[in-house]
Amino acid sequence: MNRALRLIRRRAISSIPVLLIVIVLTFLLLESASGDAVDAYLLSIGGGDATVAQSLRQAYGLDQSMPARLWLYVSSLAKLDLGWSVTFGRPVLDLILERLPNTLLLMGSATALSFGLGSALGILAGAKPESLRDRALSTVSLILYAIPSFWLGLVLSIIFAVQLRWLPTSGIETIASGKTGLTRAADIAAHLVLPVAALALIYMALFLRVTRAGMAEVWRLDFVLFARSKGLSRARIVLRHVARNALLPLVTMLGLQSAAMLGGSVVIESIFAIPGFGRLAQEAVSGRDAPLLMGIIVVSAVLVICVNLVVDIVYAALDPRVGASESGG
Amino acid sequence: MRLIRNLIRTPEGAIGLGILALLVLIALLAPALSPGDPLKIAARPLLPPFTDVNFPLGTDRLGRDVLAGIIHGTRTSLAVGIAAALAAIAIGLCVGLAAGFAGGLVDEALMRVVDAFQIVPSFLLALAFVSVIGASVPVVVLAIALGAWADPARLTRAQVLSIRERDYIASARVIGMHPVEIAFKEILPNALPPVLALSAIIVAAAILTEAALSFLGLGDPNVVTWGSMIAEGRNILRSSPSLSIFPGIALVVTVVGVYLFSEGLTNALAGRRSEA
Repeated sequence: MNRALRLIRRRAISSIPVLLIVIVLTFLLLESASGDAVDAYLLSIGGGDATVAQSLRQAYGLDQSMPARLWLYVSSLAKLDLGWSVTFGRPVLDLILERLPNTLLLMGSATALSFGLGSALGILAGAKPESLRDRALSTVSLILYAIPSFWLGLVLSIIFAVQLRWLPTSGIETIASGKTGLTRAADIAAHLVLPVAALALIYMALFLRVTRAGMAEVWRLDFVLFARSKGLSRARIVLRHVARNALLPLVTMLGLQSAAMLGGSVVIESIFAIPGFGRLAQEAVSGRDAPLLMGIIVVSAVLVICVNLVVDIVYAALDPRVGASESGG
Repeated sequence: MRLIRNLIRTPEGAIGLGILALLVLIALLAPALSPGDPLKIAARPLLPPFTDVNFPLGTDRLGRDVLAGIIHGTRTSLAVGIAAALAAIAIGLCVGLAAGFAGGLVDEALMRVVDAFQIVPSFLLALAFVSVIGASVPVVVLAIALGAWADPARLTRAQVLSIRERDYIASARVIGMHPVEIAFKEILPNALPPVLALSAIIVAAAILTEAALSFLGLGDPNVVTWGSMIAEGRNILRSSPSLSIFPGIALVVTVVGVYLFSEGLTNALAGRRSEA
């Protein structure tokens, strides 16, 4: 446990400069936008005169110089204050915390599904390289990997929600259904089937391909030959020796893919009208809400850092060769 | 030439090259294949597909020819995908070369920037970038490149670090070659192949990102793209699903072509190495 704590501390310290770079670059990007939040707000309420704009800018601190505002942002961020969303009229942090659970549920389910199914099918394909089963699985995974998730989401909803009417088309749960406990959980699960499938199938294909490629490499190694010469059964060699060594890189991949999956959830949540983090990003873009967009990017960076940290800890637990003294980077 | 022969010999490479050649041909000949503006009204709106010889894939809600849109969309998809990948590789090569060659504090600083770009979801970054600067083809290209250069940068740096310790670099130093000359003449050509193998994957990802951006309405409104066609068809998904399905199929075929080509290329390169 001590090792995990040391790992966490080291990673947290090395993440700070990276996070600062994210904050400064995002700030500079949003700074170059024409017009500020006050302009957007005045436009949305149908205009206002110069004195109103002036007093609003003073109230939000928008009249100060750029470095001063950057400093103001970073120092309030340290106090967990992410600013005020102009379009929603609420604190940015509240909005994000309200939307985040839906997205975490979506991403968590998609990760579990793609990892489980992808590695299982990958083992099936890699157990007999170049067999018919291997070729069929590889071809299917190649095509799945090429399908854009937003289009897959639309096609799935045409088939299963519109034509067959098996599943709901949108939302995270039936609104005002008064459901509680297990029936509510079942309701949410039914709403999540299509978006999770749309998000997960691509990653499933990716994990399948990586597992298969990894196993193809391990088959050639000496210790597999040794296991064979000991007369172990094929199933035992596949599972205990080949697959086990091929799955380790997959764990690392999980961390790397978390950023991509978070980006993918923007489109999926938009298609299935899930009130989540990704949809909030789209709403921030269409509302030209710079503080909200800034907060979303910063929180997503923190989220990805945390996922990678968890992955590192799991990896260190699985692979005893990774010592805590080894420098990360 | 031998590389191309090796490429065609693998089934993946042959099919991939075939698909890509066909797509490039369609993109180049788009004005001849379907003359005129694909965004112009051509016939009665919502003509179903496979009913009219002149409009084999039907028309959309405004009466625009779906086939013309798909033909011209090939141009946008390929152009944006390839341009974004080229930009990403160029940035990645420069940053990776600088970091690996300079070492020390410069390396440390550049790699933290690479880290920063890797932990921010690239789609979110592209979304923010396009919405701030305004949607046009060059901005979309740059937005996609911004989210894609970190991987080639990391790979280039790793390559440079392993190459710079080799004997021929030491001898180049001894004979008094300028460090910049060593970087570009001796290290870069040898660091390039694995980065180029990555480029096909970047092209595929760029095509998918462009489609997703224009699906969300953040593409250039003056050019027809597959993503915007899918978004347009989504409004009447229940009554005419084909409007969204056809451009999606075009997208899948394109990306499959790029993947197959990349796999064939990797195999051909590996074959060349083992032959040598």
